[in-house]
Amino acid sequence: MHGAMSRGEKIFHAVNTVFMILVCAVMLYPVLMVLGRSLMSDIERATHPLRLFPTKIDWSGYQFILSPNSNIGRGYMVTIARTVIGTGLSLIVTSLLAYPLSKKDYPGRKVITALIVFTMWFSGGMIPNFLLIKSLGLMNNFWVFVLPMLVSAYNLIILRNFFMQISESLEEAAKLDGAGDFTIYRCVYLPLSTAAMATIALFYAIAHWNSWFDALLYINDQRLWPMQYILRQLISSASVSDIATAAAVSDKTPAAETVKMATIVVSTVPILCVYPFLQRYFVKGVLVGSVKG
Amino acid sequence: MQVTKGAEKTSEGRLRRIGKSLMKYRHLHLMALPGLIFFLIFKYVPMYGLVIAFKHYVGAAGGFQAIMASRWVGLRNFQMFFQSIYFTRLLSNTLIISLYRILFFFPAPILLALLMNEIQRTWFKRTVQTVTYMPYFLSWVVVAGLMSILLSPDNGPINALRQLMGMQPVYFLAQKKYFRTLLVLSEIWKNVGYGSIVYLAAITSVDPALYEAARMDGAGKIQQIVHVTLPAISEIIAIMLILTVGRVLDDNFDQIFNLYSPATYEVADVFETYIYRTGITEGKFSYTAAVGLFKSAISLLLILVTNRVSKRLGSDGII
Repeated sequence: MHGAMSRGEKIFHAVNTVFMILVCAVMLYPVLMVLGRSLMSDIERATHPLRLFPTKIDWSGYQFILSPNSNIGRGYMVTIARTVIGTGLSLIVTSLLAYPLSKKDYPGRKVITALIVFTMWFSGGMIPNFLLIKSLGLMNNFWVFVLPMLVSAYNLIILRNFFMQISESLEEAAKLDGAGDFTIYRCVYLPLSTAAMATIALFYAIAHWNSWFDALLYINDQRLWPMQYILRQLISSASVSDIATAAAVSDKTPAAETVKMATIVVSTVPILCVYPFLQRYFVKGVLVGSVKG
Repeated sequence: MQVTKGAEKTSEGRLRRIGKSLMKYRHLHLMALPGLIFFLIFKYVPMYGLVIAFKHYVGAAGGFQAIMASRWVGLRNFQMFFQSIYFTRLLSNTLIISLYRILFFFPAPILLALLMNEIQRTWFKRTVQTVTYMPYFLSWVVVAGLMSILLSPDNGPINALRQLMGMQPVYFLAQKKYFRTLLVLSEIWKNVGYGSIVYLAAITSVDPALYEAARMDGAGKIQQIVHVTLPAISEIIAIMLILTVGRVLDDNFDQIFNLYSPATYEVADVFETYIYRTGITEGKFSYTAAVGLFKSAISLLLILVTNRVSKRLGSDGII
C-alpha cells in the first residue's frame, strides 16, 4: 500500500490531513469553549469573548452546583438513578423477550416480531401517551422515566439477531445435560452476548442520560427533575434563581451564564469520559442496526 | 348432527393442542411476558387511544378513560386542522427543512467517510473517528446550549469576530432567515461522524485490487475516489437516501424544540412542536391528536413505500 507516492498523491494527503485537523477543531471548539468559559469570571467573558481559557480560574459556577441549596446536584442524582435503574431493567426485559423471539420453533414468533417492528413505524403519538401516563398514575413519579422506555424495538431486534447467530448445537448440548430454557438463556446465551449487551446498554444509557422531554411532560415536582431538564430551563431563562435554587438566593449567586456553562460541562463530561472505551461496541451496534447491505 | 360433532371434536383437539403448546413453551412464554406487556401497554394502548382524534375530548382531568366517554365528532378535528393556517405552514416547513437536510446534510457523512478512509496513519484515523463521533452523544439540550453561547449577540465568539471586522452583532438564533441554516449546520456538527460509520464500513470492504488497477491506469487519488470508491458504495448510498426520505417526518423534533423560539415559530414549526404547544400546553387534546394521527399516517405510508423500494435494491429493510 505504501509504495512510492506520486506528487499528486502527496498533495492530496497533505490537503486531506489539514482538512481533517480542521474538522476535528470544529468538533472540539464548542466543547473546549464551554469548558474554558465555565471557569471564567463574568467580567473576563465579557471583555475577552474570544479567549478560550481563563487567565484566572473562577470556580464559582461549580461551587454553586455543589452547594446544598442548588437543584442541579439533585438533578444529577436523578439522572444517575434513572440511567442505572432504567438501563438495568431494560437490559433484563429486552434480553428476556429477545430470547424466545430468537427461537425458530417459538409459536407466534413471526407475528409478535412483526407487531413489535410495527411500533417503530407507527405510534399513538404525544397526546394518547400523555393521557395514558396520567391514567396510570405515573405523573410526578420516578417510574415514568423507566417504564415507558423499558424496551426499545430497535435494541430488541439487534439483540434478537445476535441471539439467532448463536449456534444451536451449544443449546442441544445444554439440553442433554438437562438445562431448561431459563438456564440456557442465563448460562449459554448471556455469556456469549456480552458484546451485544454492551452495545444496547450503551444505547439505553445514552437515551436515559440525555432525556428531558419526559420530565417536561410528566414532572412538575422539582425534586424529580433530571439534569438535562434543569439545563434546558437554565438555557432558556435569564436568571438562575428561579430554576436552580430551592431555597432563597444568597448574594453569592454567580451569573446565570457561569452556572449554565458549568452545568453543561458536568452533564457532558461523564459521557465524554466513558464513550471512547465503548466506541468499539457503539460502531458495531450502529452497523448491525442499520442496513445489512 | 354429524357435522357439528366433527367440529366439536376438532375444536376440542385444537384446544388440547394449544394447551400442550402452552405447557411445552411455558418457560419461554414466561420470559417473553414482561416485554410483551410493555409493548401492549405503552405502544398499543396509545394507538387505541388515537380514537380521541375522532371525538370531542373534554375531561382534561380524566386521563385515558375519559377518551371512551367522549362524544364522537367524526372528521371535525381533521377538517379544523386542514382549514387552519397551520396545515400549510407545518407541511411546508416540514418539506423545506427535509429538503435542506437531504441536500446539505445527507452528503456530509459520505464525504467525511471518503476522506477519513484516505488517512494513512492509523492513530490519526482513530483520533478523527473518536472526535467526530463524539458530538452524537451530546443531547440536543447541550448542543442548543453550545449554540446559544457560540452565537450570543452579547459576548459570543462569532459576534466578537464580526465586531473585530467592523460588523454589527447579529442575534442569529432569533432571526427567521438564519434558522434553517442553523438547523442544517448543527445537525452536521452533531451527526456527521455517526452517519459516516456505515459508509466507512462499506468503503473498507472495497477490493484493494480495484485501486491498484486504477493506479496502473494512471488515476490520481481523486479519480480513484470518484471512479472506484463511489461506485462501489453507490448501493448503500441509495439505500440510506431512501431510508432518510422515509424518516423525514420523524427525526428532528428534539432539535427544533431546543433551538426555536416565538421569534422563529413561523419558519421552524413542524407537526410535533405544534402538537406540544397546542395540545399539551393549551389542552386541545382531540384536535392535536388528529394532527398527530395525520402526521403518523403519512409517515407510515412513506416508510412502507421507501422500505419496499430499498428491499428491491437488495437491503433487508431497516431491520
